[in-house]
Amino acid sequence: MNYWQPPRIRRYAIAIWHRNVLVWKRLIGPAMVLNFGEPTLYLLGLGYGLGFFIGEMGNMSYIAFLASGIVASSAMTTASFEGMYSVFTRMVPQRTYEAIMATPTDIDDILAGEMLWCGTKAAISGAAILIVALFLGVVKGWQAILVIPVVFLIGLCFAGPAIVMSALAKNYDFFNYYFVLIITPMLITSGVFYPIDTMPQTMQTLVHLLPLTHAVELTRPLITGQPLQQPLLNIAVLSGYAAVSYYIAVVMVRKKLLV
Amino acid sequence: MTSHPAIITARQLQKHYGSYVAVDNIDFNITRGKCFGFLGPNGAGKTTTLRMILGLTPLSAGELTVFDLPVPAQAREVRRRIGAVPQADNLDPDFTVVENLRMYARYFGLKLDAALEQRIDRLLLFANLTERRHARTDTLSGGMQRRLTIARALINDPDLIILDEPTTGLDPQARHVIWSRLNDLREQGKTLLLTTHYMEEAERLCDELVIMDHGKILDQGSPAELIKRHVEPEVIELRGCDAQLIDTIRSKVTDCRIEHLGTSLYCYTHNSGPQLAYLRDEHKLTFLHRPAGLEDVFLKLTGRELRD
Ligand SMILES: Nc1ncnc2c1ncn2[C@@H]1O[C@H](COP(=O)(O)OP(=O)(O)OP(=O)(O)O)[C@@H](O)[C@H]1O
Ligand SMILES: [Mg+2]
Repeated sequence: MNYWQPPRIRRYAIAIWHRNVLVWKRLIGPAMVLNFGEPTLYLLGLGYGLGFFIGEMGNMSYIAFLASGIVASSAMTTASFEGMYSVFTRMVPQRTYEAIMATPTDIDDILAGEMLWCGTKAAISGAAILIVALFLGVVKGWQAILVIPVVFLIGLCFAGPAIVMSALAKNYDFFNYYFVLIITPMLITSGVFYPIDTMPQTMQTLVHLLPLTHAVELTRPLITGQPLQQPLLNIAVLSGYAAVSYYIAVVMVRKKLLV
Repeated sequence: MTSHPAIITARQLQKHYGSYVAVDNIDFNITRGKCFGFLGPNGAGKTTTLRMILGLTPLSAGELTVFDLPVPAQAREVRRRIGAVPQADNLDPDFTVVENLRMYARYFGLKLDAALEQRIDRLLLFANLTERRHARTDTLSGGMQRRLTIARALINDPDLIILDEPTTGLDPQARHVIWSRLNDLREQGKTLLLTTHYMEEAERLCDELVIMDHGKILDQGSPAELIKRHVEPEVIELRGCDAQLIDTIRSKVTDCRIEHLGTSLYCYTHNSGPQLAYLRDEHKLTFLHRPAGLEDVFLKLTGRELRD
């Protein structure tokens, strides 16, 4: 068997996506508390609290700066959590994939469905933050609605690497490495909390290799009504990460489950 | 490719894990409409063989065709027509009984229409789970979960049903219910492929079986053929024998093949008259006189030592 064979995505992926939607709908109460509660607290606490000392940042109020950044970073964490803890649960202890793989739905479809779901969940969280931001008066203009598809793409981009981690993991503790070594550094350096154009030039080049930087470069102008700088590059980088990581995830999961 | 009457053909099938050989060059044909069994102790390679048939384990060597299609190359197409019951239940704990069936239909690409709902109702009836249709699967007993797993395997109306130890871990009542359901399926003309280490199960259900051990097929045939080929027709079984008694009986009881396992002694013979007379007169022992069965064949072929 050739584990490296290019994946084929078929309509069966929708069944996997739908499965997760049904499970999520059952727990919609707590999910909504998290989706709306967390950004509200962050934006009120940090946006107004820190904002009081900071004043303006990048030609906008700090709360606007923060809101337009955490839309991207929360898509990242949402997709990462789903792609690790939830996917691992279905893949290993719960053996849901084993059951599904006895049908015509195969690993290519399962992971495509999981990625779609991670994107959807990221989009839900993004929409919630957008609504909170709207109430706080930081959304400038209708173009902000485009944040939703962007956040979906950000979800896809981070879902792939997270699923790769699930394929590598022996247990849940393994994910701590990924969070501490990858996600948190990215959160701190990609322009969510402070602008990156104050960084040294080499540092700026480096952070532009990180997908979150490109994610923020899309969400911030869209929400605060400023011009996009390099939208095509941003979208290309996010799509590239999504596509390549999906392929690697498929290969890794094939190697793990088809033995 | 010539069309074979067999639904599955395996030629020199092998599976290696590193230097360990889990399936060692086996050949078999499985006939349409029959119940075919793999009988073997723990670690014999039964599950590995079934996984290869489903295209979930790559072959190390050999050839495998299912429905005249090569596996694993065409495994997706093959799985469309198979229902699989895994060794350990893997129902979706996030869903209820009926949702498990509906979701599984989706994985087969089936439309959730009225016809499917009718099929689900029939399957629930078949599995005696109509009353529990809205129960979460983790609230079901082991027997109910097993029946639901079997019902789930029938959602695509498969031609071939593969069952990996369908009744292991169930109580006798639950086991009988499943046997009768499997018999129903066979009468409907389905091909059944099952693994088991229960002789009674193999004898009741299987038209044909292979006895497997250490990845090899030791012999193949109908239960009656296997019994005839390998063991004498009658067995006298004595339990609770001490070493001294075993020695006495070995020297006094002749004209039969004696085996012992722990404190039990088995005397295999073509004509039990003289031995029975001796045992009655000399020892006033309690013993069991019975026709030889598959268990005797199994023990003879696979040996009597413990497996893990
Ligand atoms: N992924 C694997 N890696 C290494 N060895 C394996 C793997 N899967 C199975 N084996 C080994 O292959 C042998 C056959 O396993 P298999 O599960 O097919 O046995 P079985 O006949 O189904 O046994 P049981 O009755 O216990 O279910 C066993 O010794 C097992 O340890
Ligand atoms: Mg097994």
